[in-house]
Amino acid sequence: MDFSFSEEQTLLRNTIQSFIQDNYDFDKRREIIQSEEGMSKDNWKQLAELGLLGVPFSENDGGLEFGSVETMIVAEEFGKGLVVEPYIQTVVTCGGFLRRASEAQRQEYLPSLISGDEIWAFAYAEPQGRFNLADIKVSASNNGDEYTLNGDKCVVSAAPWAQKLIVSARTSGDQSDKEGISLFIVEKATDGVSTRDYKTVDGSMASEVSFENVKLNSSSLIGEEGKAYPLIELVADETIAALCAEAIGAMSVLNDTTVEYCKTRKQFGQPIGKFQVLQHRMVDMFMQYEQSVSMTYMVNLKLEEEDVERSKAASGAKVQICNAAKFIGQSAVQLHGGMGMTDELNVGHYFKRLSMIETQLGNADHHLKKYSLAS
Amino acid sequence: MDLNFTKADQEFRNEVREFIAENFSSENNSGQNIEKYHEVTSDEMKEGILSWHKTLYKKGWIAPHWPVEYGGVDWSITQRYIWDQECANAGTTPLIPFGLTMLGPVIIAFGNDHQKDWVLKGILSGDDWWCQGYSEPGAGSDLASLRTKAERDGDHYVVNGHKIWTTLAQYADWMFCLVRTSNEGKPQEGISFLLIDMNTPGIEVKPIITVDGGHEVNEVFLEDVRVPVENLVGEENMGWTIAKFLLGNERTGIAGVARSKKAIDRLKDIANSELNNGEPLMKDSSFNKKITELEVDLTALEYTELRTLAKESQGQGPGVESSILKIKGTEIQQKISELTLEAIGNYASPYITPLSVRNFGSNYLEVGPEHTQGVAQNYFGMRKTSIYGGSNEIQRNIIAKMVLGL
Repeated sequence: MDFSFSEEQTLLRNTIQSFIQDNYDFDKRREIIQSEEGMSKDNWKQLAELGLLGVPFSENDGGLEFGSVETMIVAEEFGKGLVVEPYIQTVVTCGGFLRRASEAQRQEYLPSLISGDEIWAFAYAEPQGRFNLADIKVSASNNGDEYTLNGDKCVVSAAPWAQKLIVSARTSGDQSDKEGISLFIVEKATDGVSTRDYKTVDGSMASEVSFENVKLNSSSLIGEEGKAYPLIELVADETIAALCAEAIGAMSVLNDTTVEYCKTRKQFGQPIGKFQVLQHRMVDMFMQYEQSVSMTYMVNLKLEEEDVERSKAASGAKVQICNAAKFIGQSAVQLHGGMGMTDELNVGHYFKRLSMIETQLGNADHHLKKYSLAS
Repeated sequence: MDLNFTKADQEFRNEVREFIAENFSSENNSGQNIEKYHEVTSDEMKEGILSWHKTLYKKGWIAPHWPVEYGGVDWSITQRYIWDQECANAGTTPLIPFGLTMLGPVIIAFGNDHQKDWVLKGILSGDDWWCQGYSEPGAGSDLASLRTKAERDGDHYVVNGHKIWTTLAQYADWMFCLVRTSNEGKPQEGISFLLIDMNTPGIEVKPIITVDGGHEVNEVFLEDVRVPVENLVGEENMGWTIAKFLLGNERTGIAGVARSKKAIDRLKDIANSELNNGEPLMKDSSFNKKITELEVDLTALEYTELRTLAKESQGQGPGVESSILKIKGTEIQQKISELTLEAIGNYASPYITPLSVRNFGSNYLEVGPEHTQGVAQNYFGMRKTSIYGGSNEIQRNIIAKMVLGL
């Protein structure tokens, strides 16, 4: 048993930390999220030059062939920096599908992903589906050598920036059957694809995406027709593992900032950190953080396990992270008083990101149930 | 002890319900309507917020909790309770509390005849918009450490200092303000209560944008602001007594029971229309349990508030009970906003704020079902309720000290 990081992993962490220090202070981030574009293309190019967009891909595919611990390190540091560029969406989620796609698809799509020329987004959620990844109405009907895609996906994170989408669609079966779900690669510029872009609570962007008789060549199918659900679950769990890492990064900053503030802010002639009621709140924040780090390590080390074990690990970790995100976010605002409510301080921005991580790919209730069913 | 409504109470309910139906339309509720928000000017906004106020003023119902001789209404606590409920059910524009709830009772208790005349008139008619100059950057929970200074110069006080978290100061005509008039003795002993005309030279109001993207609070800078001595309320250096009296009133209003009930109804409607594995979310046992617990908690608060009001109507209070109302009221409001955010699932994410609407135009309107609009902003915005009006930590200290004698 060993929870230490290798020298190479520490080096990776240092690289990201200095990238964030140089490019991502609070004012620069504010500029980025308030711009029309909503992200920085320059930052994305830099991430590519640092090799970070190739972290999980095999060397054959032009990647660094790193494992989940390295992805965890990247996501954690991005969480500390509150990075809005769509690393998890493109590299972890869509990359997760692509690295398991056919040789031909990998050769066609991975080079431009790893080089930073194309951004990818995964369109899975539907208005009626809540967090159930199998509740899919979007249909893809097979007519010989092509498919026709119809229906609506909602809140597709990073879609405004993406050139390519991966879309889950029903090729057979009833609305929430796990059988009959297929994955397609869709060029966003294809006829019949329309998007409605908007900013999100956490400073990122998303789209409502509609497909109207979108013609897809059968070569855009990932894996076998109708058999995509297990792969979706796997990649969703990998994404959850990365989101947990991002969350612990954000939590650590909030905890540090809050402790620092309570040491310096004086009321009643002393630092407010001297008041026991606030000390205990900060101790609880600290414990929630430590528990979250433990669950994040656990899930990232169990991603290679068989389905049930992996899925339990992901759901358990997500429950812990959701609860901690809420407690730490709310407490950090409370302990900062009025200042915690201002847009000017970073506290509210971390709180908002953590609140969105709570919802992404299922909240605590959803994963508690999933965990209990898997046991 | 009796929980039933009399026939007269029922008739009263019908009367106010009819009145609201005939006189309130959500059209003039522009402060609540984001679509209008980016189109209206600040003056129109103020007018929109005041329009319901003026309707009630005309009817004579604007200040039910004031003594009749000062323009109040002779309603029993049951009638006031019914009135609050009916207003919440109809979703009427919330009245701005600074004049009606906070300053009005202070002037009635501590003001001189001249002040009782002009201040109360302006509050009742809505012609004077008041804001509250209490907190300072260095004086939040520890309000008594405030440093904004007022020095006597002939018939004037000259005020210098810096107030913060001043709600809706951008619309205010007047500010009631705590200032330091003496450094002798305990900090509480050198504070005075001044009424300051916001048009006086030397006052600058600077907006603070909050995490929900809104502009509600401000900083107010005061530089050599000359305030006539006649605008002192009560005696010099007795401001702390007045401030405590006022905060007690502020806390009573803060419980917001009727509006929380309405918000829970809305939450249930949302949970009935959101689907979870093909079934309404409301049928999900764990979500259902959370709403039910909240409802029970709110019922307890409702009866605690009624007991407080009953005591008040017998001339006692509002005392430290108001701290219970503040803590429970705000915790419940926050929990409702939290569960509402939870209910809308993936649609928690789209973010449409007055500012983003202004900056990016109409393309940013209406993503997702209507009931998801503004839910995230509301969740973030509600975090302030456990901070303002004396943080909930301070309220617990008050109960520990004043009630439990710890």
